[in-house]
Amino acid sequence: MDCPSVVEFAATLPNVVYTAANRYTCSEPGQQQIRDAIREHRLNRVVVASCSPRMHEPTFRATLESAGLNPYFFEMANLREHCSWVHEHEPEAATLKAKDLVRMAVAKAAYLEPLEELVVPVKQSALVIGGGVAGISAALDLADAGYKVYLVEKEASIGGLMAQLDKTYPTIDCSI
Amino acid sequence: MADVGRHPRIELMAMSEVVDVEGYIGNFKVRIKRRARYVREKECTACGECAKVCPETAPDEFNIGLSTRKAIYQPFPQAVPSAYLINIDECRGMIACSKCYEVCEKKCIDFADKDRTVEIEVGTIIVATGMEPFDATKVEEYGYGKYENVITSMEFERLISSGGPTGGHLVRISDRRVPKTVAFIQCIGSRSKRGETKSYCSNICCMNTIKDAFLIHSHYPDIEMKVFYMDIRAFGKGFEELYDRTRKFGVRYIRSMPGYIEEDSRTKDLLIYAEDDDGSVKVHRAEMVVLSVGLVPRKGNDEVKRLLSLSYTKDGFFMEAHPKLQPVDAATKGVFFAGCAESPKDVKDSVTQASAAASRAMRLMATGRVKVGAVKPVVDLELCKRCGRCAKVCPFGAVKWEKGNPPAVIEALCAGCGGCAAECPFSALDIRHFTDEQILSQIEAALIERPEDKVVVFACNWCSYGGADTCGVSRFQYPPSARLIRTMCSARVSPNFVYYAFSLGAPVVLVSGCHFADCHYINANRNTVKRVQAMWDRLEKWGIRPQRLQLEWISAAEGERFARVMEAMENIRRTVTKEEMEFGKGAVKEYVEKYLKEVRKGDKVSVAEE
Repeated sequence: MDCPSVVEFAATLPNVVYTAANRYTCSEPGQQQIRDAIREHRLNRVVVASCSPRMHEPTFRATLESAGLNPYFFEMANLREHCSWVHEHEPEAATLKAKDLVRMAVAKAAYLEPLEELVVPVKQSALVIGGGVAGISAALDLADAGYKVYLVEKEASIGGLMAQLDKTYPTIDCSI
Repeated sequence: MADVGRHPRIELMAMSEVVDVEGYIGNFKVRIKRRARYVREKECTACGECAKVCPETAPDEFNIGLSTRKAIYQPFPQAVPSAYLINIDECRGMIACSKCYEVCEKKCIDFADKDRTVEIEVGTIIVATGMEPFDATKVEEYGYGKYENVITSMEFERLISSGGPTGGHLVRISDRRVPKTVAFIQCIGSRSKRGETKSYCSNICCMNTIKDAFLIHSHYPDIEMKVFYMDIRAFGKGFEELYDRTRKFGVRYIRSMPGYIEEDSRTKDLLIYAEDDDGSVKVHRAEMVVLSVGLVPRKGNDEVKRLLSLSYTKDGFFMEAHPKLQPVDAATKGVFFAGCAESPKDVKDSVTQASAAASRAMRLMATGRVKVGAVKPVVDLELCKRCGRCAKVCPFGAVKWEKGNPPAVIEALCAGCGGCAAECPFSALDIRHFTDEQILSQIEAALIERPEDKVVVFACNWCSYGGADTCGVSRFQYPPSARLIRTMCSARVSPNFVYYAFSLGAPVVLVSGCHFADCHYINANRNTVKRVQAMWDRLEKWGIRPQRLQLEWISAAEGERFARVMEAMENIRRTVTKEEMEFGKGAVKEYVEKYLKEVRKGDKVSVAEE
């Protein structure tokens, strides 16, 4: 895949004011380069064309946030998993595809809106459904840590199936 | 167990069931039905005087019917809460009998007790509903239920227990005599596709049998033991050592699954017909046979599944949010799994997983607040016709709708699949970060040059996009025609996107998502199917070959399958002629123009409800 030509192409796309080629963009120096570019060129949207957003979208969203941009002003073009690694023997077609992927990401980026993550409070209490060995252990851990626990058991006693066992492996000690 | 009973921060509700759950992560309102016990739990000292005078007897469930109990009883001596209860269906009642009432010094028997419902508020929920042993009567060839001396591994536990019905004496049911030979048969209900047997390995049965053999040997060193098995899975810490020890003291492990068992009607011994190493059938005589039963999902799980919007894997156990990276999280946020509810596991693994689940829950509660995402619906109140279709397709019940009103969204409950946006027939509803405009811009960018060479692929974030990633990591090669557009769920793919792609000359459009059981939005992808079927009908009416729209399910693990699907798409693309593409553009033109006009004038706002 011809990376320099993809960078050149990206520079010609509408709304693109700055392009750069870089190795290991997810590394700290790579992220710093993005932060610097945001400040220097007063960027309000960032597209990284590299690997999968399933891998590094959270990384770069944090980069934007640390540079004072809303993290949702970020879009990723997946040139590695979806292009260079799967079209290894067709470099020309792969380069064309990479340009398309960048064009698609830039197009979406133009429509990105700043978003706020909804934050909700969390009540300091837990419900444990089932009072077998798993439910008992979870309830004790939570209660010992200071949280109020409601342990709901269908039967008349907790213990579950484990209580019916005589001994348990591998230690051959009693179950209750 | 006793620690639970006396813990100041644990409120134990026995004889209780969750009957309703409302709310969302951090803020669940739960209604719990508490069944009447007829004995005041806090006052009862479990002295047992009541049971002594009770005239009614019934099979003792704890001992699996191997002994009896009274109508007023304690489930077992170490029960928590430590209190008696009355099975009211067995009791003669206050007027006819009242013997227990009279003898109770604490006067804690209360015939007027009633079922009641309580409501609690919690931030997190742990599902630890456990499992059930496989019903051995379903494997007919071994005669369980027909031959007295064929028992299950659960019955064995009660027989060998010093607290059990025989005081720990391992005796045959037929003649109360200690058997000279005991045979175990493994994988009862597991690892077979026959009848009602489950295809998975139940995880615990090999080691349980090894433990049972160990117990028999320590109580009765002269009993001869044979274990019939397919594979011995002694994979955990300390397991192989225990297996070795039982072999050293003479347990015979025979790699063979018996064909059937016959009973010697005179001695009630069992004749086990099993293939030998050389392929010949040999008859093994045993005085007792223990069927090593597997574990199956608990039947009552369906109710919990419904109340908490959970899903099952194909085995019928609860499905975790991610099998590797979120193994104790449910897809419903704020809900976690512990123990066999999620998959069969032994005590150690159950305890480990319980700590993991507790820790995941604490992580939320310790922070006191949680981010629940930004990908939420917005509505254009002018375009909205108040039809309520958005509310009907929401798998989480996050979109509320009343007749005559626009929808209201409980944002904390919304998981952001976008199915509501795709369902809206008036383009009035949109989903942030995957808006119509954003996706249309991607489609346009993909098709702006040489559209005839491209396949537009909609891929859901969790499965098919992940499958494409796995494909890349594994270097499976495929034709370079695919242009992927990521949505959170395949249910986000609005028919308008597909028609728009055809209006720009796309030869082929693929909609792809998770396999049914894997949908990360419970079952949102079932709506994908309905929509795609409706699209096929419409394309046919417009004279567009329905084959140009494809639907495929690809999991995140199926990298090779992703490549094969892309090859198939390319093959279809090659069959689409220039004339077809041109005709298609014209056929959808009017529809698409109307849609674009509507969608672009919209002014969408949040309709969040607190």
